[in-house]
Amino acid sequence: MDKPIRVLVAKPGLDGHDRGAKVIARALRDAGMEVIYTGLRQTPEQIVAAAVQEDVDVVAMSILSGAHNHLFPKVVRLLREEGIEDVLVLGGGVIPEDDIPGLVEAGVEGIFTPGTPTKEVIAFIKENIKKK
Amino acid sequence: MYDEKKLEQIKSSFVDWDENKVGKQLSKNPERKETFTTGSDKKVERLYTPIDTAEMDYERDLGYPGEYPYTRGVQPTMYRGRFWTMRQYAGFATAEESNKRYKYLLEQGQTGLSVAFDLPTQIGYDSDHGLSEGEVGKVGVAIDSLRDMEILFDGIPLDKVSTSMTINAPASVLLAMYIAVAEKQGVSPDQLRGTIQNDILKEYIARGTYIFPVEESMRLITNIFEYCSKEVPKWNTISISGYHIREAGSTAAQEVAFTLADGIAYVDAAIKAGLDVDDFAPRLSFFFNAHNDLLEEVSKYRAARRLWARIMKERFGAKKEKSLQLKFHTQTAGSTLTAQQPDNNIVRVAIQTLAAVLGGTQSLHTNSRDEALALPTEDSVRIALRTQQIVAHESGVTETVDPLAGSYYIESLTNDIEKEAMDYIEKIDNLGGAPKAIEKGFIQKEIQNSAYKYQMQVEEQERIVVGVNKFRIEEKDKKELLKVDPHVELLQKKKIEKLKSTRDNEKVEEALEVLKAKAETDENLMPFIIDAVKEYATLGEVCGVLREVFGEYEQSVIL
Repeated sequence: MDKPIRVLVAKPGLDGHDRGAKVIARALRDAGMEVIYTGLRQTPEQIVAAAVQEDVDVVAMSILSGAHNHLFPKVVRLLREEGIEDVLVLGGGVIPEDDIPGLVEAGVEGIFTPGTPTKEVIAFIKENIKKK
Repeated sequence: MYDEKKLEQIKSSFVDWDENKVGKQLSKNPERKETFTTGSDKKVERLYTPIDTAEMDYERDLGYPGEYPYTRGVQPTMYRGRFWTMRQYAGFATAEESNKRYKYLLEQGQTGLSVAFDLPTQIGYDSDHGLSEGEVGKVGVAIDSLRDMEILFDGIPLDKVSTSMTINAPASVLLAMYIAVAEKQGVSPDQLRGTIQNDILKEYIARGTYIFPVEESMRLITNIFEYCSKEVPKWNTISISGYHIREAGSTAAQEVAFTLADGIAYVDAAIKAGLDVDDFAPRLSFFFNAHNDLLEEVSKYRAARRLWARIMKERFGAKKEKSLQLKFHTQTAGSTLTAQQPDNNIVRVAIQTLAAVLGGTQSLHTNSRDEALALPTEDSVRIALRTQQIVAHESGVTETVDPLAGSYYIESLTNDIEKEAMDYIEKIDNLGGAPKAIEKGFIQKEIQNSAYKYQMQVEEQERIVVGVNKFRIEEKDKKELLKVDPHVELLQKKKIEKLKSTRDNEKVEEALEVLKAKAETDENLMPFIIDAVKEYATLGEVCGVLREVFGEYEQSVIL
């Protein structure tokens, strides 16, 4: 068995709805991953700093306020600026279908909307993880 | 509620029925499941009978509507007198846009306003603050100064409508602006009717829009209680909210328990600040969720009403009738809406509406079908409002008071929820009260456990969510969704720029300095906040001054 997958679960922006983030964090942990949860109101800069410091394989963000188009791509951009290419970036929350292609193109490779089973997220991470 | 002999008879006939009739049936046709549970995972028996309510005393435990312990409702005639206030929570983009939506809703027969603010406003940042980037006007209207508030209520007579504002950490500032706008309309504070949410404890627990540390937040809240009891006597000074606790994943009984525990903390704080319980308690109001389990929800409201009346009377020695009455607003459950087959949500909302009405709510917001996807369109909002109107005018449930009372199941479940909530409150008392229990993460952890359990039950198909884990279809139709104009942020920034160049900056400075000095004393801050907003100090400036003196709350993250 390889070393466990490390995931940063992050809440960018100002919204305080962290039910989803916490459920995902726990489900990933129960699936054997190491999970760090940032807590609320993290700026993209703080999230990237935490991702670097914790040397994570995955950054999984949750937004329910509608600020995803602004904040998700910014995190990807800042990661790239740090020279980080091999971290899988995921996003979840209330995200309209129309916004998904743009986010994927910006480097948020998996977008999970309400009703997604946690198993699906776990499977996605295992299949798409980049670091070996 | 029955004489001993009759009860013995029923007990024996029940055993007969259970062994013979049920036994025979089960051997032929087993039931669908091994155990049956409510939406909140409470065990449900096959049948409820007089045996389950035998310990009850009608007058002690139920009584009459408008009489202690108010189990059957806070008013003697309930909806025969007048319907609940139909109040749709709305607000987005700019004050101009939201003003239009309010006028539309009032034309459609809505009877009260409910203002949604964007997140920067809720956290005390102006639209031009760095952390506001991407959030301006998204989940509500952006209010930076009294100027925006004047536009928001333009043409809406504040002596005629009642306004509910979902604002917590900076509630004092938004209330100050509301008072100032009214004054400009020639309406005095004692004519104003409405509610500010002002419930910081549930922000720490579940909703997240806190600013200041606990003690300073409690001070601001008691300042508002005191100020309003004298100057704005018809204003509901707090809406103690279980809604968000439930949305975060709590059970129905936890919703009652944690909400009332928060309520106890506010009453304690106000008494400690020297207020008389009967001076402020009549203006306390509550806010609950309405989920899909119709009968459990109805029982929940009844249990909450009875328990609060008992707490106020026995624990706090309140004497005025109005101090003992739990009045509440309800919103249907956002967390039960599905992004899949969104039209199904109309049906869910209808069931939840029935729950709230059968539970005796004083006002109601019904969610729109598309809210798991985006902010609702005008069409969706109209259907949501019509749902209330259909329940009010066509369903018949409004024609008598508390129609489900006396149902063995309802009464038994009401007792059960009250008991579970009481046990939780005792635990929280032992931890030192709600603020301490929050600090220790106890309340958050209990909610998270329930949320996780629920999610796993859905994933294991132990719970069916129609359209999500059963009865799914390939969805092709594009839905019309509301889009907030991305230029709102820019517009707001320009407005602030203009404001700062046209107001009397010296007076603003002066007012903010006075406020800062007073924040360091024990004086009531409301009058000084009102002075500052009248000079067009921005929300961010006022909160900034208070941040300097009070510091900020640090979240305790527990997984």
